Amino acid sequence: MTDLSAGGIPAARPKSSLLTEDARTKKRNAAERRFKIYGLSAVLLGVAALVMLLISILGNGLSAFQQTYVTLQVELPAETLDKEGNRNRDEMAKVSTFGYSPLIAVAVENAVTEAGIETELSPQDQGDIISKEAAAQLRNFVLANPNVVGETITFEFLANGRIDGYLKDRVTRETAALDKNVSPGQLDLTDALQEAGILEQRFNWAFLTMPDASGQRPEAAGLGVAIMGSLYMMLIVLGLALPIGVAASIYLEEFAPKNRITDIIEVNISNLAAVPSIVFGILGLAIFINFAGLPQSAPIVGGLVLTLMTLPTIIIATRASLKSVPPSIRDAALGVGASKMQSVFHHVLPLAAPGILTGTIIGLAQALGETAPLLLIGMVAFVREYPSGPPEGFFDPASALPVQIYNWTQRSDPAFVERASGAIIVLLIFLVSMNALAIFLRRRFERRW
Amino acid sequence: MSVFFLLIIVLGFGALGFVLGRSRALASADGNIRNLHSLPNYYGFNVALSTIIPALGLLAILSLVLPILIDNRVSTFIPADSISEDTTRSLVMSDVRRVADGLDTAVAAGAMTEDEAQTVSTETTDVRERLGAVGVALGSNVEPFVLRAAQSYRAQAAAAQLWTTFLIIGVAIGGFAISFLRTNREFRARNVVENGVLVLLMAAASIAILTTLGIVFSMVFETRNFFQDYHWTDFFFGTTWSPNFRGDSDLGIIPLLWGTLYISFIALLVAVPIGLFAAIYLSEYATHKFRSFAKPAIEILAGIPTIVYGLFALITVGPFLRDYFAQPSGLGESASSVMTAGLVMGIMLIPFVSSLSDDIINAVPQSMRDGSLGIGATHSETIRQVVLPAALPGIVGAVLLAASRAIGETMIVVLGAGAAARLDLNPFEAMTTVTVKIVSQLTGDTDFASPETLVAFALGLTLFVITLGLNVFALYIVRKYREQYE
Amino acid sequence: MDDLRIVERDVDAKETKISAKNVQVYYGDNHAIKDVNVEIADKTVTAFIGPSGCGKSTFLRCINRMNDTIDVCRVEGDIAIDGEDIYDRKVDPVQLRAKVGMVFQKPNPFPKSIYDNIAYGPRIHGLAKNKADLDNIVEQSLRRGAIWDEVKDRLHEPGTGLSGGQQQRLCIARAVATEPEVLLMDEPCSALDPIATAQVEELIDELRQNYSVVIVTHSMQQAARVSQKTAFFHLGYLVEYGETGTIFTNPEDPRTESYITGRIG
Repeated sequence: MTDLSAGGIPAARPKSSLLTEDARTKKRNAAERRFKIYGLSAVLLGVAALVMLLISILGNGLSAFQQTYVTLQVELPAETLDKEGNRNRDEMAKVSTFGYSPLIAVAVENAVTEAGIETELSPQDQGDIISKEAAAQLRNFVLANPNVVGETITFEFLANGRIDGYLKDRVTRETAALDKNVSPGQLDLTDALQEAGILEQRFNWAFLTMPDASGQRPEAAGLGVAIMGSLYMMLIVLGLALPIGVAASIYLEEFAPKNRITDIIEVNISNLAAVPSIVFGILGLAIFINFAGLPQSAPIVGGLVLTLMTLPTIIIATRASLKSVPPSIRDAALGVGASKMQSVFHHVLPLAAPGILTGTIIGLAQALGETAPLLLIGMVAFVREYPSGPPEGFFDPASALPVQIYNWTQRSDPAFVERASGAIIVLLIFLVSMNALAIFLRRRFERRW
Repeated sequence: MSVFFLLIIVLGFGALGFVLGRSRALASADGNIRNLHSLPNYYGFNVALSTIIPALGLLAILSLVLPILIDNRVSTFIPADSISEDTTRSLVMSDVRRVADGLDTAVAAGAMTEDEAQTVSTETTDVRERLGAVGVALGSNVEPFVLRAAQSYRAQAAAAQLWTTFLIIGVAIGGFAISFLRTNREFRARNVVENGVLVLLMAAASIAILTTLGIVFSMVFETRNFFQDYHWTDFFFGTTWSPNFRGDSDLGIIPLLWGTLYISFIALLVAVPIGLFAAIYLSEYATHKFRSFAKPAIEILAGIPTIVYGLFALITVGPFLRDYFAQPSGLGESASSVMTAGLVMGIMLIPFVSSLSDDIINAVPQSMRDGSLGIGATHSETIRQVVLPAALPGIVGAVLLAASRAIGETMIVVLGAGAAARLDLNPFEAMTTVTVKIVSQLTGDTDFASPETLVAFALGLTLFVITLGLNVFALYIVRKYREQYE
Repeated sequence: MDDLRIVERDVDAKETKISAKNVQVYYGDNHAIKDVNVEIADKTVTAFIGPSGCGKSTFLRCINRMNDTIDVCRVEGDIAIDGEDIYDRKVDPVQLRAKVGMVFQKPNPFPKSIYDNIAYGPRIHGLAKNKADLDNIVEQSLRRGAIWDEVKDRLHEPGTGLSGGQQQRLCIARAVATEPEVLLMDEPCSALDPIATAQVEELIDELRQNYSVVIVTHSMQQAARVSQKTAFFHLGYLVEYGETGTIFTNPEDPRTESYITGRIG
């Protein structure tokens, strides 16, 4: 150790007091503060993005849960609706919605006169404040209750989308003047009817229960079929992905020998988790529809595609929770003479169950929001019929929540922006509840070894 | 007999097998469990599984193979000259199936008798009208050969169904009989059942491989068809994308790749700094309280479906950028643009980058930080000069994974980027991506066999290969990095 | 206890470098250091010994405020270096740590080259005017770390590639490079083999010429070999503090004696 004597010791720094901050330290501390501010602003930017996103969606979508209804006394003359007079449903079904529209126009005119409202609008224009869907709704009601024919009933009609938009500040007198679908006079009439208590906004249950409607009738468009379709697909995903995922995880974690095949499977699973979702859509189209001949737009195909997409998530979560069960448990079971299979199914699996459930719910939540693959398997189709009950319903055409949202964004009427945002709120409520359930399960049953 | 009904029957046999197998085992042991090799339930399971599994396996195979066989045999009814230029064999076959379904409906509704459905001919009856009467709408009049093919299709389908039913029930009974007869007190039921379960577990695990194979084959097959019609050099090196549904399209992937990479680049430009700094702040500076609020808030962004981001781009970000940046600066008129999609996709990727980086930064050992702090480095100097260089490989891996996400993302670009394929540098112009074109080429009402549709598979395969490469490389880096500190 | 070779020491009265008065340290609710008073001399090796969990490392980390990095840790009382209270609000811990270097239990070279490991401190503290100056500092530090001859031909290879003993000497050289006045060592040899330990111990003895060295050690033999003063900690209390020779041969407190003779520990 002669190094020391060889090298001259660098001149010691000038003695400085600890109590005074030297210039360099000041500069360095300023850099420190700047760095910290960068970090904080990054976090705040992230949070701000979330807040902006939510404000945008809530601001546009909350009004979808309010809908304008007009309550009218409508006369149902037997001579036009039931010519035979025998209240036979099949006979009455021959009267199309064109037979009902005039009745509604008359009802509006009567209500206007009765309320003493002055208007220069023609009866036709007065009637147009009611949704074009209203005639179909009235017809369905009459066909379901044939005995009301000949009477005058009180019926709630959907207001036209533009009238609804007026009450939601989407339509103004200026835009109405340029719009061939609505006139400022109709808006005046709307104000008067609202004052008279004939027209009012109410909570829009129909948004959650009714099927989609055509592009000209945003006021009647609902999520019923889409929610059913999503529900069916989630049932299929749950029924397939959970058992398959758990079985695959048990094999890989507990039984698989360490060899090339196991390695390949493992690499496969981690890669499948990162394959773009649209590729799964191509898979679904090519294999399930073109090759296996399953019907387009059907929940069964969507469910199968989403199952394949969810499997990696479930497998990764299940393996993690199997791994967290300490080997001592397995040893204890084997020690009393249980077979390997018994030790896994009787002891390890029950202990891992909360983690598996949590992972499954999170996987389902991902699948619920997935859109791109469903577009390719034809779920964008316009579906107004509710699918029948399972299992046949799995093969009926249906929509799905995220696809319905996409569908509505492609329509020109601005009222569909409100509908799409409202549908997102519904979707987010489902997702939040599922995640909350997952967090609850984790908190409640989590066990630390 | 429908498949569903068949399923019920097989499961019923299985349940019966369980009960019978169990009681036979008990009987062979004179009612004393101790005389049995395995617990009585295992004997039951043995019979049940032997009944159900082979039958269901056969059912799965038959329902895959039979339709193909029938299609092949029915398509002999289609004369070659009826396949004209504007139609294909598969289109005619789908007509055949529609007519066959229509006949089924007619029989079910009682508008035709079974005999009538099989003997009706186009010379004597207007089939289109008769089917229309029961609610089956056909696009055009039914050609004679289509009707004959449809009738043959129905006959063969009926025969196939009958055979399937017999075969399945036969196999179920066979399995039941063999396993039931083997049941006695010496039989090692537990071992047999456990081996069976193990095989099922292995089958489940191999689904991952089957999925990958399915993905690859479904795309490779159609891509090959595409390259027979369209030269591969034109696809990979063509700089114009203008599909034309009368044929003669330019289908060059370059503009699509350019849009994809440009948007992904902007997305990463947003997500990487914000995500990385957020991760650094949350793991190194934030108080426990702040972290417990901010970390979940950022992670919520990861749980939001991409369609929501797409709508956000469409109704908020796009118009905002157009009105406040693009139009005043004269750079563009379109709400959908590279910038819109890139920005929103960047937001989507923030939690992805931040949570991966968080893990990676936390994996840097504390002793490393102590060493730096101990000789008087400030916290930020420690992070920039010691922690980040140590974490660099992991962070690179995270960025690559994020890039692969960005390249494969669909809904944000479908709603935010636009549909025009363009080779341009202006970020306020609408451009389009590989994923957008996959969606638009496969959701239109076009002939499935045309290059304009098949190109989607080539695009999909390209996308798959690119993202797979990125993923494998990124996962490799991250794994190497983890090993270093374990 | 034959191997306790209590060598002759120059224990001349030296000026006090560090003085601690009534120091209390809390980890959350846990009272880890209780009322410690100690005066540590300049250009001396002072050893802190005691059973594990006695608070010796905690107290060491108070001297350069490394405990600041632990959220739940709270320090009360006064610790002064050259008469200046280091817990004064005006004191910047960064400046303090430049003056009070630290070497840790486990060698922790940065994942950089050997050169950059040493140059890190001088760079951040701005000690070098130019490249030649920096080269000189790196060489001098490596010489003082007694590792120059082993690494001079591979200065640009990663520091993590060295052996454990070399890594620890590299870390000591790294600490020396910022020209501290006090060098704190937290069990610097616990992760090293006997040969590397001997090399590091020899180095510590050399360092005494320029610095006030405080070393925490598990091994009484090591304390006896390298230190002039020894402090014995037990359950958070400073039980006994004095000349190393006295502590090992003639302890005043029965607890010290028990520890020295191996009855507690």
